[in-house]
Amino acid sequence: MSPQRTLRPPRPALLALADGTVYRGEAFGADAVREGEVVFNTSMTGYQEIVTDPSYAGQIVTMTYTQIGNVGVNPEDEESDRPYLEGFVVKELFHEPSNFRARGTLDEYLREAGVPGISGIDTRALVRRLRDGGAQVGVLATAADAQDESALVARARASTGLDDHDLVAEVTCAEPYDWSEGRWAGIAGQVPRAAAPERRFKVIAYDFGIKRTILRMLVEQGFDVTVVPARTSAADALARNPDGIFLSNGPGDPRAVEGVRENVRELAEHKPLFGICLGHQILGLALGGTIRKLKFGHHGGNQPGQDLHSGKVAICAENHGYAVEADSLEAAGEAIEVTHVNLNDGTVEGLAHRTRPLFSVQYHPEASPGPHDAAYFFGRFRQMVERCVAGESVSGAEIARGWEA
Amino acid sequence: MPRREDIEKILLIGSGPIVIGQACEFDYSGTQACKALREEGYQVVLVNSNPATIMTDPETADRTYIEPMTVESVEKIIAIEKPDALLPTIGGQTGLNLAVDLAETGVLERHGVELIGANLAAIHKAEDRQQFRDAMERIGLRVPESGVAHSVEEGRRILETVGLPAIIRPSFTLGGTGASVAYRDEEYDGLLDWALQQSPRHECLVERSVLGWKEFELEVMRDAADNVVVVCTIENFDAMGVHTGDSITVAPAQTLTDREYQEMRNAAVAIMREIGVDTGGSNVQFAVDPRDGTLVVIEMNPRVSRSSALASKATGFPIAKIAAKLAVGFTLDEIRNDITRETPASFEPSIDYVVTKIPRFTFEKFPAADSTLTTQMKSVGEVMAIGRTFKESLQKAIRSLEIGHAGLESPQLPDADGDGGEQALWASIDTPRPGRLWAVAEAFRRGHSVEEVARRSHIDPWFLRNLQELTQLEVALNAVPPDQREQWLLTAKKAGFSDRRLGALWGMSEDDVRGMRQARGLRPVYKRVDTCGAEFEAFTPYLYSTYEDECEAQPTDRRKIMILGGGPNRIGQGIEFDYCCVHAAMALRDAGFETIMVNCNPETVSTDYDTSDRLYFEPLTLEDVLAIAEIEKPEGVIVQFGGQTPLKLALPLERAGVPILGTSPDAIDRAEDRERFDDVLETLGLERPPGGMARSQEEAEAVAARIGYPVLVRPSYVLGGRAMQIVQDVQGLREYMRFAVRASPEHPVLVDRFLADATEVDVDAISDGTRVVVGGIMEHIEEAGIHSGDSACSLPPHSLSDAVLAKLLHSTRRLALELGVKGLMNVQYAVKDGEVFVIEVNPRASRTVPFVSKAIGRPLAKLAALVMAGQTLEELGFTEQIVPSHFSVKEAVFPFVKFPGVDTLLGPEMKSTGEVMGIDSDFGRAYAKSQTEAGNTLPTGGTVLVSVRKEHHESLVEPVQQLVACGFRVMATAGTAEVLEAHGVSAERVNKAHEGKANTVDRIEAGDVDMVMNTAAPDSKSIQDSYSMRRAALVRGIPYFTTVAAMRAAAGAVRAMRQETIGVRSLQEIHGTARSSSR
Repeated sequence: MSPQRTLRPPRPALLALADGTVYRGEAFGADAVREGEVVFNTSMTGYQEIVTDPSYAGQIVTMTYTQIGNVGVNPEDEESDRPYLEGFVVKELFHEPSNFRARGTLDEYLREAGVPGISGIDTRALVRRLRDGGAQVGVLATAADAQDESALVARARASTGLDDHDLVAEVTCAEPYDWSEGRWAGIAGQVPRAAAPERRFKVIAYDFGIKRTILRMLVEQGFDVTVVPARTSAADALARNPDGIFLSNGPGDPRAVEGVRENVRELAEHKPLFGICLGHQILGLALGGTIRKLKFGHHGGNQPGQDLHSGKVAICAENHGYAVEADSLEAAGEAIEVTHVNLNDGTVEGLAHRTRPLFSVQYHPEASPGPHDAAYFFGRFRQMVERCVAGESVSGAEIARGWEA
Repeated sequence: MPRREDIEKILLIGSGPIVIGQACEFDYSGTQACKALREEGYQVVLVNSNPATIMTDPETADRTYIEPMTVESVEKIIAIEKPDALLPTIGGQTGLNLAVDLAETGVLERHGVELIGANLAAIHKAEDRQQFRDAMERIGLRVPESGVAHSVEEGRRILETVGLPAIIRPSFTLGGTGASVAYRDEEYDGLLDWALQQSPRHECLVERSVLGWKEFELEVMRDAADNVVVVCTIENFDAMGVHTGDSITVAPAQTLTDREYQEMRNAAVAIMREIGVDTGGSNVQFAVDPRDGTLVVIEMNPRVSRSSALASKATGFPIAKIAAKLAVGFTLDEIRNDITRETPASFEPSIDYVVTKIPRFTFEKFPAADSTLTTQMKSVGEVMAIGRTFKESLQKAIRSLEIGHAGLESPQLPDADGDGGEQALWASIDTPRPGRLWAVAEAFRRGHSVEEVARRSHIDPWFLRNLQELTQLEVALNAVPPDQREQWLLTAKKAGFSDRRLGALWGMSEDDVRGMRQARGLRPVYKRVDTCGAEFEAFTPYLYSTYEDECEAQPTDRRKIMILGGGPNRIGQGIEFDYCCVHAAMALRDAGFETIMVNCNPETVSTDYDTSDRLYFEPLTLEDVLAIAEIEKPEGVIVQFGGQTPLKLALPLERAGVPILGTSPDAIDRAEDRERFDDVLETLGLERPPGGMARSQEEAEAVAARIGYPVLVRPSYVLGGRAMQIVQDVQGLREYMRFAVRASPEHPVLVDRFLADATEVDVDAISDGTRVVVGGIMEHIEEAGIHSGDSACSLPPHSLSDAVLAKLLHSTRRLALELGVKGLMNVQYAVKDGEVFVIEVNPRASRTVPFVSKAIGRPLAKLAALVMAGQTLEELGFTEQIVPSHFSVKEAVFPFVKFPGVDTLLGPEMKSTGEVMGIDSDFGRAYAKSQTEAGNTLPTGGTVLVSVRKEHHESLVEPVQQLVACGFRVMATAGTAEVLEAHGVSAERVNKAHEGKANTVDRIEAGDVDMVMNTAAPDSKSIQDSYSMRRAALVRGIPYFTTVAAMRAAAGAVRAMRQETIGVRSLQEIHGTARSSSR
């Protein structure tokens, strides 16, 4: 409990889990009662990017790091137009940020977005519960008239959670739009960035809940980007005459996403294609693979992702509760190879096609938040598109093997 | 890539004696490296001159050389051992510099030894200021504008572009020795000249100051496959301008957005690649402009460092161990994370707590030193605390420091013109000094704003707001009516308040607060440091306390013993005590006990998570230790190994029902309480110097009048001779009493006859209650009056008669039995004219235990720990004193060079930071080695400058004659010269410093002098007159001796050195424990 309680009366908040565990703390953000799958993220920086990542739709996110709000919020670090998560859980929240880019506080930011938060609870105990018992549904109540423990536990129990919900439909854009903004200019003194290639290519980015940094990284690789709604048909996409197709990250259970798989299957026949996170899972499903749910998922910026070809390990940002089962693709008769694995538990993190220009990655090469070690994927995509446009018959696996970082 | 098969034997170089800037963190790193390499089947040869280290235990390496760390000496070792490779990155700057010298003088090539971990080019690129600057520019990173100067003239030209204030950084020095900030034009030349002298390459960087910018450090590791991980980020509470070793630092970084942090990370990775650190860990320092985030690179260290030790403790990621494995070919993904077991080392630790480090200073030992914190490190130790929030970890760190603070107490601020101390307050905030933290808190208490404090201190507002919130909470707590205090307890405990601080705020005793807390069932819980923010299960019980819901301690029901460590290093209580604690843990673990270590010093081996079965990284206060005892319920606690820190807790712990192992707290009190101890001596019929105890100035004068001057005065219950002085007359006594009574108000002052020119002797012994075995008798080289920690000593004694030795043994045995010692005991004696006087008895581990253990080849601390756990000396097979046939000499190492303006004369107050050990077949050679190791290499010819006080004239003749016989020329001041000439020694006359030109100082500065022998009469005028001569010798690295006994020893050593070259021998060979080198 922060000493701020001495300065202003705290608002009570309550987080009730489906297993009956209840955490009482202080409210911040909006007055609300929201339910969601409770997950944790181990990133020590980048709470604003996490809060605005549409992949967290349907989830209540717990930060394992304890000091949150230190650097406030700013417009450049938003990964989408608003927070999509259901709730935010922290150990200690800071109301007076210190950073030259801060334009507001996290508290106000979440309040305006209608997202409730709870602070002052034993977040480590909560994380250990999720780790040992698996992800589960929780209800976060900050409204003064909704602090009844048993009612909230009952509501958490009644919830069906993420499985079988098409959350993509809730977060995808309504209309296509063009994106041309590059990455944040950065700070004086940083490692100089390579200039974007002169020759430009056109990419269609399917928005399953896309993060802005992905769009920015594509622009930096010389792509003119058009973002399209998740259910845009293959015919409509191809009618725009793109040089490549990108499948974005997004929230929830890939198996529940409707009206997408078939389009992806068709697009994969015609265009070089690159998928990230949910996009990677949907590509897996489109090629006939199956998906499993992980016990508590990977959510953090310190995961070891190994490139099986080079043996090199990228420290990468991951955020997924589901994973593609590698064997299932073999079984479906696809010439797919696993290019990347998570060294912690062997989860499949990257796939590439042996004959067609397709590859995908489970983690987040755009990071944000997280280390930039895996940014090379965008370069691979650029190279694959360039060679395809030049009429070469190049496969995703060939790109993965021939790449010199 | 798997382990390299083409190398079998690896040479490691340690960091030598403890000095400011290079402390026991390198024992921690080096020990880890030794263990890691042997675990992989390599043979390890170790060189380190510091006996008080775990790394120089004969079990740690295959061959251990406690020998001079010079090219000449190490080449001899290489010739004997023929190692295949040298790992240069684990011995601090000393080890790295020596490795560079070995490479550059062709020694490594000549013997076919490969540098692993860091190649010569990479070391130069990182350490050479100009090469580093060029490298940064090549990869597009910024460095502060600067130039490299090799002379003051060159430096003048650089200043024109850099401007004032300018940072002066000598190349290849450790802890920023010689570094400074020049604010004014007129001080620039002097500071630059000083810095150039400190650099072994006579080279300095003069750099545009980024004072006031934020300072960050990244601990980075790279493997041979070019995988790079950042183990830890550290943000400095104190802004740029304060050496990071002297800054309060916090992990992880707190005030960077992810975008800014990732740019910093990208820069660190690019630097690792550009510098070409092939494998291992490096520390990269950045400065950030708080106004716009501009990033500049300050420096990188291509080796393990103090910060990497801190980062290892802060995250649970053992950097030195992993660096050693990377150096022999493994890649990060091939190494398991010990703590999670399941996951590989190729990841970046995520922590779910905040770590705060606060340095510990000892300016009270050097009143003449400037306590302003600047770019040259001045602290001698540090504490680290872990809490779930910054507030909690900061408050835990404060009480870990043991400087009398239980929290953010109000500082005493002298009133100027009735301003209530405002001027003094702002002076303490504007200029960084050790107590600034408390001044900042006071500013908030007085209602000043975060903005104003930030503007004047350059401390980031985020830290300041936390301090402001703590003081606001204090104010609120203060106002809580007594009947409502209980309801505020949890809030206060969560913010890290100690029971003692709460007691002070509420006008209650610490015990009452604890009682109230326990009545409400409020106890800390323990969380695990697990490298991963609880994402994976942790198998290593590395724990810290907090006030939350869930406790992860999971105590076992095994037989267990808890060992209390020594807390922060300081002068008088350092690595020697940590060594003993580690030995206790090792012995008791081997004997089947579960061992529980409690300590708060991140530099140590004791706080390595695999030294004991369980590690509690906690402050060593009664509150914190009792809480651990409550949850663990050990069958005994060892308080005698960690120095004064845990010893102070013995009685209160016993009163609280915690069983204390070994010598009882009452016996400790009998030895330490003057009056009770006098009774002991009377019972035994032993002599002590006449004296008495005084509780007031009048009493002190009465005692002194009775026993006669000079007298030795000191407060009771102190370690390291704090505030101990020899007083010549009643005037001096009155002055002292004013100072001492302030220094220790609750305890009386001891006044003893000072036995001038007596020989002091230290005896370490073990008793099991019925049998007493002496571990070693050490004869001090310096005469009585010099603190035993500062005096060189010889084991066995080199001049004591058999009759005296017999008396010493007899007295020691009887003292141990009378006091009922179970475990270690140290007795200090003075011997004068064949008479033996007891000076003091310490029924605990002493500073000399590691030295004695290495001299006699038996681990005294281990044996004592087992005795304390119930075994007899007979069962342990240690029944006879071992008198080795070789000589071992311990010599002290001093921090004078770091403190301009401080005299180098020794006295009863301890001033040394570390020690070295010279071992050889006779005393002269052993002494010569110890001098070389202490940086006081004796010349074998040249000119000796002699200037001694009248009383020493006669005793000086013989050593000077010896030197003349060795071919030395003699230069002497008038009085000394006359006496020498009377004895047939011709001497060139030289003026004293105050006698005009061509004086002693001028001749030293002109390079005409190779060795100085100087004693000064104990009056301030004589001391003042000769001060500049001693200082000149120190600055120019010329060996100097300030006692007659040391002069004699030095003359003997010079003779031994001239007779034949000195060889090297490993401990294993000396003690006959060498195993066959083929495994």
